[in-house]
Amino acid sequence: MDFIFGLLKAMPGSVAQGLIWGIMAIGVYVTYKILDLADLTVDGSLCTGAAVCVLLTLNGCPVPLAMLCSVLAGMAAGLITGLLHTACGIPAILAGILTQLALYSINLRIMGWGTDNGSKANLPISVDKYGLLVSSRYVRALDSSNPIWVLVIFVIAVIALLYWFFGTELGSALRATGANGNMARAQGINTNFTKVLGLMVSNGLVALSGALVAQYQGFSDVNMGRGAIVIGLAAVIIGQVLLSRVFHNFALKLLAAVIGAIIYYVVIQFVLRLGLSTDDLKLLTALVVAVFLAVPYWKSQYFSHPGRKGGSVHA
Amino acid sequence: MLEVKQVSKTFNAGTVNEKQALREVSLTLQDGEFATVIGGNGAGKSTLLNLVAGVFAPDSGTISIGGRDLTHLPEHKRAQFIGRVFQDPMLGTAATMQIEENMALAMRRGQRRSLRIGITKAEREQYREVLKILDLGLEDRLTSKVGLLSGGQRQALTLLMATLRKPDLLLLDEHTAALDPKTAAKVLEATERIVQKDHLTTMMITHNMKDAIQHGSRLIMMYNGRIVIDVSGEEKKRLTVPQLLELFNKVSGSDEADDKLLLS
Repeated sequence: MDFIFGLLKAMPGSVAQGLIWGIMAIGVYVTYKILDLADLTVDGSLCTGAAVCVLLTLNGCPVPLAMLCSVLAGMAAGLITGLLHTACGIPAILAGILTQLALYSINLRIMGWGTDNGSKANLPISVDKYGLLVSSRYVRALDSSNPIWVLVIFVIAVIALLYWFFGTELGSALRATGANGNMARAQGINTNFTKVLGLMVSNGLVALSGALVAQYQGFSDVNMGRGAIVIGLAAVIIGQVLLSRVFHNFALKLLAAVIGAIIYYVVIQFVLRLGLSTDDLKLLTALVVAVFLAVPYWKSQYFSHPGRKGGSVHA
Repeated sequence: MLEVKQVSKTFNAGTVNEKQALREVSLTLQDGEFATVIGGNGAGKSTLLNLVAGVFAPDSGTISIGGRDLTHLPEHKRAQFIGRVFQDPMLGTAATMQIEENMALAMRRGQRRSLRIGITKAEREQYREVLKILDLGLEDRLTSKVGLLSGGQRQALTLLMATLRKPDLLLLDEHTAALDPKTAAKVLEATERIVQKDHLTTMMITHNMKDAIQHGSRLIMMYNGRIVIDVSGEEKKRLTVPQLLELFNKVSGSDEADDKLLLS
């Protein structure tokens, strides 16, 4: 009974975290599902977003403006990866790793801005002194101070914005780039430009998520983005596996990634309560993602029914 | 008008795999001319087409359309002048996007893409109308994903997309080779109709001698990186497959009656 009670008590926290990381998962969705690129920049740009937001807020910048700067910083990170990939011909996955590595140093420098040695691994920020938008302290509050409301608004705004964007000429060009690069070029689309743009949009969202994580937990930390890409992928894949049969609309597919993130955090909470150490979480996450990626492949390899292939085609 | 001047292309230069794909090829297509290009494997026809499309650059020579030098223009910038249909039906369309979305992308070929809405209502009606030309019932499936269509349907759609915005040059790269004979005939028929209707300057590569003779106003045969036969007008109309084979053997200086060409 205690177990269930404890789990329920932890629920709001899991939902809040899921919503925050859901925005990050949407960023991963843009590169992984739409552009068909695996972008590892996110492990670095998440912390960049967090560090920029905390640093600016500590220096008297209004929180919304600080978050906007976080998004811009994330987009800059995406721009670098994009240029490494398109202008320098480096494979996308390696380009992301390079940017991510470079961001580790940059993030230390951002957080150490103005200090004696100019480098810092951790930057705390107090919700009492600064007007943070979200904080884990109030996550079980029953009034409007509960961060879940703000997060829901953020998630809806992000989905609405992306829904609009991917319906425009430019957004369609980006989708075509991921769906069929040859075709896109034959239609006059500069696929190098659209790839860079997609990476910028994605990392902007990831940095926004980072800025929210930092406020929620009350600090930014140079290691906070470690394995973020895997969590993002986990959310995208869980959402897809569970909801792809009911969610066909593009906005709902993005929502599925957010729901995937929430489910991920609920499950994590569950296994933690079962007695798993937080140190083992990354191993568990990697296993979950590996299994979810492997199952569809195994299915197609060993359980394919050629006769059923055309069954769902409607005229 | 397409003007290819003294174009050469060598692949893997300086290695054991060196292959001189094109040797100083020159070719001029007048406006409205429909040329079929035929030749065996490795004759250079696909290389010529890809050079015109801008997939890669020539080692020497120039390519221009309507007097505008395109030699150093990247593929996506040339797209404003050129409509293309690929051999592989999967290449010409985006499978995960809807029919109307694919057409909207083609409608904006060579245009600046902004934050305006991707498909307008008026466009949808227009697409419904033009899809009727194909006679495949696609006009009722505007929002179907292209991945659900058959290879022939996809190829027909690609053809329509390539000509939705009238191109200065239409490039067809063995666009019926991957289809079954009946579907291939249908797609060829649609090709003929669309090219005639808009008087499109067209270059169609084919493996099939009969198709090359039956279609178009001019026939070009390539061999070993060169244009060896170039017939048009009345001469082309009277041409038969045996005559063409004989002609080919004469100019190529060999007796290897190209079985591949004859049979395919």
